[in-house]
Formats: sequence, C-alpha cells, structure tokens
Amino acid sequence: MSQRRDTDVLFKALADPNRRKLLDLLHAHDGRTLNELCEHLDMTRQGVTQHLSLLEAANLVATVWRGREKLHFLNPVPLQEIYERWIAKFDKPRLGALSNLKRRLEKANG
Amino acid sequence: MARSTFVYVTYIRTTPEKLWSALTDAEFMKQYWFGAHCESQWKAGSPWKIVSGEGQILDAGEIVEADPPRRLVIRWQHQNKPELKAEGDSLCTMEVEQSGTAVKLSITHTIEREPSKLIEAVSGGWPKVISNLKSLLESGSIAMQDPYPTGNPYGKVQTSH
Repeated sequence: MSQRRDTDVLFKALADPNRRKLLDLLHAHDGRTLNELCEHLDMTRQGVTQHLSLLEAANLVATVWRGREKLHFLNPVPLQEIYERWIAKFDKPRLGALSNLKRRLEKANG
Repeated sequence: MARSTFVYVTYIRTTPEKLWSALTDAEFMKQYWFGAHCESQWKAGSPWKIVSGEGQILDAGEIVEADPPRRLVIRWQHQNKPELKAEGDSLCTMEVEQSGTAVKLSITHTIEREPSKLIEAVSGGWPKVISNLKSLLESGSIAMQDPYPTGNPYGKVQTSH
C-alpha cells in the first residue's frame, strides 16, 4: 500500500462521527470487547462491527485476542503521524491562542 | 485481575531483519529515541536498560524472551521517578511480522494494576518513538527532534495554556 493510500484510508476513517465516538470510547477505557462498545452506541451490532473494521483497516484500532474475547485498543500512532505532518509544522503557539479564543467565544455563546 | 495495557501498531516499509536491528542497535536507536538507547545482550535472561542521552538510567529489567527477528519480551521497571518505580514490573512485548510489502510492528505494554501511572507515562512517549522509527527506516530522517516540550522525559505534553 502506498503512503498516499494509507493517508486516504486514515482520513476517511476519521470522517465519521460514529467512528470518532468509538475512538473516544476507547480513549476513555481501552481494551474493550464489541459487546461493551455496542452498549454505548445507538446502532446495530453489525454496524458497530463495520465501523470497527474500517478503523482497524486504517490502523487506528488494534485488536488482541484474550481467550475467546477480541479486545479493541486505540492505536494512536497514525494520529501522531497526522500531528507531525499536518499540525507540528505550523505555528503552534499562535494556533494554541486561536483555538483558546474560539473555545472562549463559543462558550460565551452558550 | 486488574491490568493496564496499551497496544501500539505500525506498518513500516522495511524488512523484519532491518527492523529487529533498529530495535536492538544502540547507536541506531539514539537517532529515533531522542538520544536515549537500550543496553542489553538481547538474549533471554540478560539484563536490559534504557539510558538517556545524559547517561541516566530511565528504565531497567531483563529480557524474558528473544526470538530474532520476530519477538522480544522485556520485563521493564521504571527507575527514575519514585512513584513510577513503586509500581514495579511491567511487561513489554514487541512483535515483528511481514505483512504484504511492509512489516508490522506491534508493541504491547502491560502492568498488573489499574490505573497505572507508568502505563500513562510511557503511552505518551511510544507513539513519538515509533513514528520517528518508521520515518527513519522509510525515508532516512526522523520526524521530530524535540519529544517533550516540558523537557521531562516522563512528563505529559502540554496541549493548551
């Protein structure tokens, strides 16, 4: 697989709110089974399985078998690569100030 | 049993032999591990440690399993910060397998307690180290020079002020 294709798969995997929610769920508590993840999503088991397989294809989720249980772990390595490629090279302090400003203004809006 | 684990996976366009050598060669390691390197004979039972660029021992332990170029298991105890050292031994497993034209590197780090400050601390560092390793093997140069804006090898990276 080419580097460009890796990146396409990665951004496509991130471009879905349910898949981002799955990443947040794993960030809050890593190493969960499919059943545990289904409890938090208003979606069929099959739907969750599909989202997980896309996340796995993008290498954002790694799985480990423990006995007959398949555990899902958040794999932040591709996110680190996005950070280095798309964020770190830009001016960080100024970006930090801007995002603080945005947060404050949006909070003020209620 | 309560347990804290993380699993990190990356695919690197290289060979298992080159990756193994990158994981075990002290001089090569310094290039992607922000100046730190491991010292060991890389055989089951031999001592193992991570030494910082300033010569400080950060972590120490023993090689539990070594099956080049496929599998490495390290018994790993932090040495530098008392609260992390007090958590005792953790187990770090590195697995290398061919996957199409790339090589899959999986790093699993586990400690028999939850929550674990050690796991929290190392999980901040591993993605940067692995990402640099990938970049170095694939393109010949590293992605990041300065890993920790706080200057603390086990500190958390600040994301806002």
